[in-house]
Amino acid sequence: MLNQYSSWKYVLLLIVLVFGTIYSLPNIYGSDPAIQISATRNNAVDSDVESKALEVLKSANITLRRSTLDAKGLLLRFDDVGQQLKAADGLRDALGENFTVALNLAPATPGWLRDMNAQPMYLGLDLRGGLHFLMEVDTELVLSQAMESNANDIRGALRKKKIRYLSIRDNKEQITAKFRSADLRDKAMSAVRAELIDLQLSDYDEGGAFYFSADLKPTALVTLKKSALQQNVTTLRNRVNELGVAEPIIQQQGDNRIVIQLPGIQDSARAKRILSATATLEFRLVDVNVPPQDALEGRIPPTARLYRDREGQPVVLKKQIIIAGDNITNASSGFDSESNSPMVSVTLDGAGARKMATTTKRNLKKPMAVVFIEHKESSKMVDGKRERVTRKVEEVINVATIQGVFSKRFQITGLDDGNEARNLALLLRAGALAAPIRIIEERTIGPSLGADNIAQGLNSVVIGMICVLFFMLFWYRGFGLVANVALLVNLVLIVAVLSMLQATLTLPGIAGIVLTVGMAVDANVLIFERIREEIKVGNTPQASIHAGYEKALSTIADANITTLIAAVVLYVFGTGPIKGFAITLSIGIMTSMFTAIMGTRAIINLSVGGKKIKKLSI
Amino acid sequence: MQIFKKTPAFNFMGKRQYALAFSFLLIIASISSLSIKGLNFGLDFTGGTLIEVGYQQSADLHQIRNRLTTAGFGDAVVQNFGSSKAVLVRLAPRENTTSNSLGDKILSALKEDDATVEMRRQEFVGPQVGDELRDDGGLAMLIALAFILVYVMARFEYRFALGSIAALIHDVIITMGVFSFFQFDFDLTVLAAVLAVIGYSLNDTIVVFDRIRENFRLMRKQQPVAIINASLNQTLSRTMMTSITTLIVVLAMFFLGGELIHGFAIALIIGILIGTYSSIYVASSMVITLKITAESMMPVKKEGEDQEGHYIE
Repeated sequence: MLNQYSSWKYVLLLIVLVFGTIYSLPNIYGSDPAIQISATRNNAVDSDVESKALEVLKSANITLRRSTLDAKGLLLRFDDVGQQLKAADGLRDALGENFTVALNLAPATPGWLRDMNAQPMYLGLDLRGGLHFLMEVDTELVLSQAMESNANDIRGALRKKKIRYLSIRDNKEQITAKFRSADLRDKAMSAVRAELIDLQLSDYDEGGAFYFSADLKPTALVTLKKSALQQNVTTLRNRVNELGVAEPIIQQQGDNRIVIQLPGIQDSARAKRILSATATLEFRLVDVNVPPQDALEGRIPPTARLYRDREGQPVVLKKQIIIAGDNITNASSGFDSESNSPMVSVTLDGAGARKMATTTKRNLKKPMAVVFIEHKESSKMVDGKRERVTRKVEEVINVATIQGVFSKRFQITGLDDGNEARNLALLLRAGALAAPIRIIEERTIGPSLGADNIAQGLNSVVIGMICVLFFMLFWYRGFGLVANVALLVNLVLIVAVLSMLQATLTLPGIAGIVLTVGMAVDANVLIFERIREEIKVGNTPQASIHAGYEKALSTIADANITTLIAAVVLYVFGTGPIKGFAITLSIGIMTSMFTAIMGTRAIINLSVGGKKIKKLSI
Repeated sequence: MQIFKKTPAFNFMGKRQYALAFSFLLIIASISSLSIKGLNFGLDFTGGTLIEVGYQQSADLHQIRNRLTTAGFGDAVVQNFGSSKAVLVRLAPRENTTSNSLGDKILSALKEDDATVEMRRQEFVGPQVGDELRDDGGLAMLIALAFILVYVMARFEYRFALGSIAALIHDVIITMGVFSFFQFDFDLTVLAAVLAVIGYSLNDTIVVFDRIRENFRLMRKQQPVAIINASLNQTLSRTMMTSITTLIVVLAMFFLGGELIHGFAIALIIGILIGTYSSIYVASSMVITLKITAESMMPVKKEGEDQEGHYIE
């Protein structure tokens, strides 16, 4: 009896080996310190920018390794980190605030590999250094804001149909409307139902008055929260761009959380300031019919609201918003040429421009206010428990008389200093957050620790592996050598699959690889021990090989599938680095089954399978 | 090279009473330690702030503590991390501070004594995240056990499923017990290691069970105890080999992998030792305790028939 594989199996193995080698290759080239230049809104990185950048580098005497211009922007590679940092400073000064200049590590993968879409593994923050945030979005506030605007819409709808109401109040989750008669209420309800389809209404009578209450429909509530989260993700992405990070990750996690990873960034204080600021602007008309004194004493019509300006003086504004922060497409800071005071010039989108034009036309020479809204967080003790409260701080930063009809472009003045103007412009540019966020988890990994982690991780893989290789060779001699080849191929395949999937490699991920190396030989141990048993029983070498592989197969499958179950559960429930461990473990289990069973069998079949031999080197 | 020239003939099951008593003792000790001392949960589970800094020379922990006390962090835990140059400062979650800027404050306080101090790592975990991670971790462990139980039940028999689960619970409790007894830091990576131990220990157990099932069909006239003994002896050299190779790499990880995966490596070392022992003494003796009989191993099973076919050469 002879052991031979059909040729398709050899071909399959060869294909896998070639693919594995190609896709794991990019990892040995390492990466260059680089600078990524990308454009902020309304700008493009083109060849003009490239030549300007190259000039800057030339005059600063910095040697450039290579520059590439593509859809993502301009990538400049340098020989060392010193040159990179020097270049970044020079480029930031020269290019100004229309471009972001971000430090980056660019893979030094050769062109022919990049053409085949082969990339090195994506390193996790614990290996490359950087900032990790987990943020929680306050969706409660979104709801109460939505209810506030719904209450306004109900008032508008009833006014349009000329249905008189006694009062309309909104608390956080519900609106209650009060009427003099049941007939009026019923008319009002059908009017509201026709206009506001997201609300569900129910009527009740109490103390001789007639009410209806309005809640948000559950589906509408879900959509509201989802879109708030989505808008926050978008806004955070814009803000991260302002920070200048090369390969940021901004992802939604669960119902109300957002994960942000900023590789290479160390200044956590600045990052936090820019990411978690929730400021927006609203433009409202001043209600000139209500004297501020009346408002202070509580006599205020439902269409108006009392605000304070920076000095604490009362200002009464109309509840209707002319435009809000999301209508703003661009904002930049500067100084007013006449008064030399700091100002922010604002550009609006089409809808915002139209609204602004109609409002300014109708209200010429009337005062308009700019309200600056910030969400500040504070904590207080409630019933012995600490509770976080997000407070909405609204401040009138500027009241100016509308001097002329304007629409798309205008200026905000009346700011304290140039610094404030710059910050305001930045926040306006980056957009407003739909709901306030708070940081509930933060991890910063310094670059030296990241480098140490890689070095130590690699070291333990290499040393552990060498020990196992020697041990197997010592124990199983010829067959041990075969198992060792399989083990090395297995490592190549793990790296190739990780690179192809662009899964994140973390420190626990490396631990997973180390563990797989140890466990991968298990399949071969099982097979070889079986072969030895068969030989002891007196079978011929070829029959023993055959029986050894056959009998060990179901054991190997059972043992690996159960480990795979544990790894998959770990992946589903784990977070961050733990997911990395689960990924490498699962990939390792699958590739090791392939190499340890098919791979070793192929080598054995090729070397001894076709010969009449008396003794096996096992 | 072979461990045993001939297939050994240890009477494992003959000593199973002693092993049972030993396991029982270990479990009682582990549970008492877990309930009295508890686990020394790492930052991942407790929440709080942590900062790791690196100094040029050996750090003076006493001076650092004093500096932090004057800066208002009297409750900070200060310890060396891996080397005398690396220092880890840990703070419990604070009342009244909602910001996570504590790490920055500690760093600037430390810079007053030594401007060359370098921030290596800084972590902040909100208390709610810590609680969640702990709950999710426990849940993950239970779900993994449940899935494995179902799989083993489908592939083998309920007695084997119970035997393997008993071995897994045994291993998990003892591994966690050791962590509790020595008060090693129990963080997310250690939890991952415990789950890996589940996978590893199971691997071992399944291999033994596979052989037991096979032998029940081959050695029909033998008593269950004799069959299980024979199976354990036949798989013994494989069990040793795999434990040794896995231990080699885990030891490499322990000595070379750096401080961050130390806990992970320790959990695996304990787990591999305990897992190897439990696949022999806990899983198999459980199968005997549950009164396995030759008849119960005979029902028509598809994979059993497949295997039967292989013996015809």
